[in-house]
Amino acid sequence: MSINIGKVISINGNLVSVEFDGNVSMNEICYVKVGDTALKSEVIRIRGNVAQIQVYEMTGGIKCGDKVEFTGEMLSAQLGPGLLGQIYDGLQNPLPILAEKAGWFLERGNYADGLNSEKKWEFTPTAKIGDTLRAGEYIGTVPEGAFTHKIFIPFYLLGTYTVKSIAEKGEYTINDTVAVITDERGREIPVTMSFKWPVKRAISCYSERLAPTQTMETKVRVVDSFFPVAKGGTYCTPGPFGAGKTVLQHTTSKYADVDIVIIAACGERAGEVVETLTEFPELTDPKTGHSLMERTIIICNTSSMPVASREASVYTSVTLAEYYRQMGLNVLLLADSTSRWAQALREMSGRLEEIPGEEAFPAYLESYIAAFYERAGCVRLPDGSQGSVTIGGTVSPAGGNFEEPVTQATLKVVGAFHGLSRERSDARKYPAIDPLISWSKYQSVIEQKKSEYCKKILNVGNEIDSMMKVVGEEGTPIEDYITYLKSEMLDAVYLQQNSFDLVDANTGTLRQRYVTDKLITVLGSEFALSNKDDARAFFNRMRQRFIDWNYTEFKSEAFEKAETSIDALYSEGQGKLSKEIENLLEEGE
Amino acid sequence: MGKVYNKIESIVGNVITVRATGVQYNELAQITTRFGKSLAQVNKIDGDIVSLQVFAGGQGVSTGDEIRFLGREMRVSFSEDLLGRIFNGSGEPRDKGPALTDNMKAIGGPSVNPTKRILANRMMRTNIPMIDMFNTLVVSQKLPIFSISGEPYNQLLARIAMQAEADVIVLGGMGLKYDDFLYFKDALSKGGALSKTVMFIHTASDPTVECMMIPDMALAVAEQFALQNKDVLVLLTDMTNFADAMKEIAITQEQVPSNRGYPGDLYSQLAARYEKAVDFADSGSVTVLAVTTMPGDDVTHPVPDNTGYITEGQYYLKGGRIEPFGSLSRLKQNVNGKTRKDHRALMDAMIRLYSSYKETLEKKNMGFAMSRWDKKLLKYGELFETKLMDLSVNLSLEGALDLGWEILADCFEKQETGIKSDLTDEFWPKEV
Repeated sequence: MSINIGKVISINGNLVSVEFDGNVSMNEICYVKVGDTALKSEVIRIRGNVAQIQVYEMTGGIKCGDKVEFTGEMLSAQLGPGLLGQIYDGLQNPLPILAEKAGWFLERGNYADGLNSEKKWEFTPTAKIGDTLRAGEYIGTVPEGAFTHKIFIPFYLLGTYTVKSIAEKGEYTINDTVAVITDERGREIPVTMSFKWPVKRAISCYSERLAPTQTMETKVRVVDSFFPVAKGGTYCTPGPFGAGKTVLQHTTSKYADVDIVIIAACGERAGEVVETLTEFPELTDPKTGHSLMERTIIICNTSSMPVASREASVYTSVTLAEYYRQMGLNVLLLADSTSRWAQALREMSGRLEEIPGEEAFPAYLESYIAAFYERAGCVRLPDGSQGSVTIGGTVSPAGGNFEEPVTQATLKVVGAFHGLSRERSDARKYPAIDPLISWSKYQSVIEQKKSEYCKKILNVGNEIDSMMKVVGEEGTPIEDYITYLKSEMLDAVYLQQNSFDLVDANTGTLRQRYVTDKLITVLGSEFALSNKDDARAFFNRMRQRFIDWNYTEFKSEAFEKAETSIDALYSEGQGKLSKEIENLLEEGE
Repeated sequence: MGKVYNKIESIVGNVITVRATGVQYNELAQITTRFGKSLAQVNKIDGDIVSLQVFAGGQGVSTGDEIRFLGREMRVSFSEDLLGRIFNGSGEPRDKGPALTDNMKAIGGPSVNPTKRILANRMMRTNIPMIDMFNTLVVSQKLPIFSISGEPYNQLLARIAMQAEADVIVLGGMGLKYDDFLYFKDALSKGGALSKTVMFIHTASDPTVECMMIPDMALAVAEQFALQNKDVLVLLTDMTNFADAMKEIAITQEQVPSNRGYPGDLYSQLAARYEKAVDFADSGSVTVLAVTTMPGDDVTHPVPDNTGYITEGQYYLKGGRIEPFGSLSRLKQNVNGKTRKDHRALMDAMIRLYSSYKETLEKKNMGFAMSRWDKKLLKYGELFETKLMDLSVNLSLEGALDLGWEILADCFEKQETGIKSDLTDEFWPKEV
C-alpha cells in the first residue's frame, strides 16, 4: 500500500481534521508531522474527503496545512514473549525505555517497540512438517518466567495452513522466522514469535465459550463467601473517593488465585503505580515461587497523560489478557478506573459535537461498556485446554451517587457488584463493600445456603439497627437486640479484613469454609443471656476472640489455641445450637 | 512571524476570531487595543478562522484592533531571580521589579514518566499539630484543603508557607480578593519567608483568562526548581475559581457542559495540574496544597468531588479547625512509622477518644446524665480542642506528641487509653 498523505485543516483540542485523497479506514493510525516529531493519532470519523482524528498527544504547535501520514494499520498491540513484567503506557510503549530515551518527562512523539527485539528465547518446536493448523493453534513454545509461552499461528490468518518447515530447538529473537507455513493455495508465509493484533477487536480463536463456573479466589472474605467472582466472569467496584477501591484492587492483584494479572491504571494517580512498581518485585507469587512482578503487566495511563491514549489503554490491556488466555492461562484484568475511560469518550464526543446523552456522555456509552466487559470469558481452546479472562473494573461515580450513567451501564453487564459505601469507609470498616447493596451471580466458595443465611443475618441486623435508632435500645426486645449484636459481630470478624496484615489479608477457601462453620454455629445458637449489658459484653468478648483467631496462621498451634478459647466462651455462654442450623451445617458435610 | 492582522471577525465574551494562516495551535498573539497591549492564546483553528482567548478580556476590543502572532506558546522565565517576586497571570511583574525574560520555559509541559518517580516517603513538617501529628503531609503529596467561604484558609496557607520545611514556596492565587493578596504579601514578608517565595497572583478583578494560567505558571516554575534538587511547596488558592474560569471559557465557546455547567474534561484538567506533584528519583520534589472552596459546603459539588478522586487525601477546614474525622492524608502511613515510636499509637488513641467525646457531647446535649467516664471525656475533648486543634497552636511534632501524653495523663488512667502498656510505661508523664 502506498503511503497516503493528508493535510490538517482544523484543530480543536486533541481533535484534528485532515483532508485526504485516496482511501482511509476507520480507526486507522496516522501520524501528524509537527517539525521533527510525528504525533500518533487515530481516525475516528470520516466525512467525504475529511477524516477527523484524535491525537494521542498534546496538540500545541500544529498548523493548518501540516502533513499527516496514514499508515493503513489499525491501533495494534505487539504480541509475543516478553510482555510479562513490563510497564507500558496506553499505547504499549515501555515506560522504562521511554525514560532512557527522553529522561524525566514523557515527551511527545517519543515511541518505542512493545517487545525487546534483541532478547533471545529458547524455542522448542511442537508442530511437525506437514501438520495442518489454523490461527490460534501453536507451533512451539518458549519458557517465559514460570510460564510456557506458546508461539501461535497469527490470529489474523484465515483458513488452514500446512507447516512447510519449522526451526530446530534453539535460541531465537522474536523477529526470527521459526516456521514457514503455506496456505491453501500454496503461498508461503513466514511465522515469527511475534505478531500484531488490532486492540479494538476481540481475539476469537477458540473452539467455544464456556459458562464461568469456577470461583476465582480473591482471598477477600466478603467477596469469596458472599459476593464471589468466577474465573472468566466480570465484576465492578463502584465507590466514592476514599472508599478504598484502589486498595481493594491492589490486594486482589496480590492474592488472587490466577496465573497472570494485568493492571490497567487508567486515568488514576501516578503515585499508586509507583507503589505497585516498588512493592511487586519484592513479593513472591505463592503459586510459582517467582517474583510477583513476573506474573504482572502494568498498563499505566495516569490522569495527567493524554486523554485519547487513556481510551486506548483499556483496549490494549484486554488484548494482552486475551493473548495469554489463548495459552490456557487464567488471566485477571483489573481496570482502575473505567469512569476515567468513559470520561475520555465523553471528551471526544464533545469535540465531535455529537448529541449528548445523560450527563453529556455519548449515546453509545452503554454499548461500549458492554462490549468491553464481554471480552471477559472462559473458553475452550483448539487444543482442548481452557483459559479465562476475568475483568474487574472500578467505577468512580460523581458524588458517590450510583445513579449515574457509567455505574448503571456497567451494572447491566457485570456478573457481580461490589458497592463500596462512604458510611462503611468513614467508620473505617474495610473493605468497605456494603453487604446490603452488593450482589453476585456466581458460585460462592462456601455452601450457597450458608452464604444466604449469613446475608440474612446482616439484613435483619440492619433492620433492627434502623428500628433502634427510632425506639432506642430500651424499646428493643432482647431477642432482637441479640440478633443485632450477632450481625455486628459477623460484620466485624468476617466482612472486615485487614489488608495490611499478611495473614488476615490472605484468607484461603479452606479457611473461609472452616471459619464460617464456626461463625454460623455461634450465630445460630441461643445463649443464656438475661440482659442487654450481659449480651453486649458477651458478644464483645466473642468478637475479640474471633478477631485474634483471624490473625493466626491457618491450622497452626496459635490457630488451635484461639479456636479452643472461642469454644470455651461458647460453653461459658451455654450456647445451644438450633435444630435448623444444625441441619444447615450438616448438609454441607 | 511578524505578520499583523487587523480585521477581527467576531468578539464573543473573551474570545475573538480572526482570519489568519500559518498559525499554530496554542500559539500566543499580542493584541493592541485602545487600553494597551494584551496577550491572547489560540484555542481553536478551523481552516483560516482562528479563535483566540484574550487575556485582558473582550471588553473594549474593536474589530479593527491589531493582532500580531508571536510564533510561540506561553512561557515563563525561570531563574533564581524569581525568588521574592510577584507576577500576574500573563507573567508580568505585579511588584515594581523588572520584567524577566531570560531562560524562558514552556508551561503546561508533559507529565513525568511514572518510572522516574519514587515512592513518597519523607515527611514535610509544618509545626501544625493537626497536620504533623494526625494527618502528616508527605513530600510530593497533593492535598486539597476543602473549606467553605469565610474560613481562614488563606491564613492557614500563609502559616504553612512560613513554617513548612521547604526550600522554595510558590504561591498561586486565583480570584483572590485584593486584601487577601495584601495579607499574603504582608504575612510572608513579616514572617521572613518572602525571600524564598515566588507569587503568581490573579485577583478577582483581573481578567478571567489570566486566572486559568496561574496554576500552570506556578507549577512550571516549581518543576524547574525541583529539577535543581529543591523541595518545592506549591500553594494554590482557590482551585474552585480556576474551575469556574474554565467553565466560563467553555460556555463562551459553546462546548457541551457535563455537570452543573462544567466542561466534560474538568477531571483531566484538574488532574493535569495536581499530578505535577512529584518526588523525582535523584532530584527535588513538588508538593501541592490547594484550597478548594465547596459551594454550599457540598462535597459532592463537581469541583471538590473531582478533586477528591485526584488527590491523596484532603484536609477539611471547618469552624476554624482542621477536622480530625473527614481529613485524611493517604500517604501518612509511609512516614509516621519512623518518626517516633509512639506516634501512630498515640494518634489512633487520641482520635478514638475524641470520637467518644463527640458521642458523649451529643448525649449531654440531649440531657442524659453524665457518668464519671463521660466527665473525663468532656474534659479531654475540651483540652484537645484548645491545646492541639486550635489553628494558632504552633508546636513541633515531638512537642505535640509530648503534649498529647500530658493531655491524656491529665484526664485518664493509663489503662483507659487503650494504648499498649510498653508505650504508656515509657511515655506516660511522671507525677510531678
